[in-house]
Amino acid sequence: MFSSVAHKKFLDKLMLAVFFTAGFITIFITIGIVYVLLSDSIEFFKEVSIKEFLTEKEWTPVFATKKFGIWPLVAGTFMIAAIAVAVSIPLGLLIAIYLSEYASVRVKEIAKPIIEFLEAIPTVVYGYFTLLFVTPILQKIVPDLEAFNSLAPGIVLGFMILPYTASMAEDAMKGVPQRIREASYALGATKLRTAVTIVIPAAVSGIVAGFILGASRAIGETMVVAIAAGMYPNLTLDPREPIQTMTGYIVQVALGDLPFGSIEYLSIFAVGLALFVIAFVFNSIALWLRSRIREVY
Amino acid sequence: MVIGTMIDSIKNLFLGASDRVSAEEKTRAMQKPEGEIKLEVKDLNFSYGDFRALKNINLNIPTKKITALIGPSGCGKTTLLRCFNRMHDLYPGSRYEGAIIFHPDGINIASPHIDLLDLRRRIGMVFQRPNPFPKSIFENVAYGLRVNGVRDKNLINERVEWALNSAALWDEVKDRLDANAYSLSGGQQQRLCIARAIAIEPDIVLFDEPTSALDPISTSKIEELIIKLKEKLTIIIVTHNMQQAARVSDYTGFMYLGELIEFDRTKKIFTVPSQKLTEDYITGRFG
Repeated sequence: MFSSVAHKKFLDKLMLAVFFTAGFITIFITIGIVYVLLSDSIEFFKEVSIKEFLTEKEWTPVFATKKFGIWPLVAGTFMIAAIAVAVSIPLGLLIAIYLSEYASVRVKEIAKPIIEFLEAIPTVVYGYFTLLFVTPILQKIVPDLEAFNSLAPGIVLGFMILPYTASMAEDAMKGVPQRIREASYALGATKLRTAVTIVIPAAVSGIVAGFILGASRAIGETMVVAIAAGMYPNLTLDPREPIQTMTGYIVQVALGDLPFGSIEYLSIFAVGLALFVIAFVFNSIALWLRSRIREVY
Repeated sequence: MVIGTMIDSIKNLFLGASDRVSAEEKTRAMQKPEGEIKLEVKDLNFSYGDFRALKNINLNIPTKKITALIGPSGCGKTTLLRCFNRMHDLYPGSRYEGAIIFHPDGINIASPHIDLLDLRRRIGMVFQRPNPFPKSIFENVAYGLRVNGVRDKNLINERVEWALNSAALWDEVKDRLDANAYSLSGGQQQRLCIARAIAIEPDIVLFDEPTSALDPISTSKIEELIIKLKEKLTIIIVTHNMQQAARVSDYTGFMYLGELIEFDRTKKIFTVPSQKLTEDYITGRFG
């Protein structure tokens, strides 16, 4: 009727091994990615000095005179991310204030999953939506906007990252205890004043963490920019011009037929490593801010 | 809430019908307090959703006195308190019938047309658990002033010091006004909340079980403070601690199942209550 003690002990040990393996696999994969990035990057930096990589102002790996300066790609990446964040932060904050402080439970129940669904739409759909729908509309408003540009994908990414900027901000604001809001209302404060001067400051670490994760997502986004931003490494601050991002470059080379082990091929690992470092820094800041949220009250 | 009501219904069964109060008896039980009246509650009914939480409340709150509301949990004492500054309106589904006349201007607090912001400026509240804002000690007290349009820095400084002094907290915090309010102890936090409430000079301050989360020493400090505050303010305090009601209040209302069973001088309520139900509660037979 009862299983033996030995049997139970065996099952216990077996399950421990299963759980450990499951946890270990994720760590192993991360270590594997870092290893591949590092080892191929080292091969790359044997031929191109780190100094050139970080000081050269042009990125022309497929030209006769190859130049490997990362800055045009970094500039493209950050410009797209900056546009996305500039769209997403004000919009996200307004949505979060509305959902957290004004909306009825019913509205919230409908609106939140819809916002979070933005994350579930395949990015290739966003890419062609940008190229074939958003850019043509923007071209009617913005003069000299080229068919490939950083403005349109930046704006679309701004909406795409709303699950981070709006939804996470709303979560953080919802976490502010109701009794603190009541204290504000009991002093004759309006909803808006309570939201802006009490709830947002109290939730600020969570809100900022969402912004940073959103920015990090925009930096790492690939398909939208590969499709709609162009393939032209361009050290510019003009959002109307075609550019190339770090991720866009990696896609371009990875899909091309460049010989395995060539310097162009190896360059994608160096770019990937740089991207990894940037994303890591952003996510670390976001996590640190998120851990602070519990210290407030 | 639901559980509280259930428990009350069960108690009601045990108490039996003979102990329920007839309307005539009840009118006799509602002693009119002497002196000026601050709030005049007339036939107040309050419900959220389908639940009628307050039934035909008639009550006069005297000016610059301490009125305690007592009764078992779920009896509606906090619900009644939160009618006075219309806190219920923050949540959907609340409905008021009847009137709460705010003297001397005679406005009806229960009216749907009342300016809630102005009402809440004039009727402050201190909550069950200390709820300072996650801001500095100074900003906590200054907040109400800023909300109500005070811009003059010197005036704000002056009022903050006055309020902290009145809340018997100034000496403990004067050297660290910029420190976060959450660095204070629970009792200090509650006194900070009192300072915050009185800084804007309300007419009335509502206390919702203000010491239920505090230790005995902090509790007695708050009680002393409340007694001192009645020189300037009308105070209504909800408490489930009968000793507290007896210690601090001038008048006491006993509530049960959403009704005000008896209202009288505190001394009378605790010595010779006119209702059997009150006596049973006071003597600890239930509740």
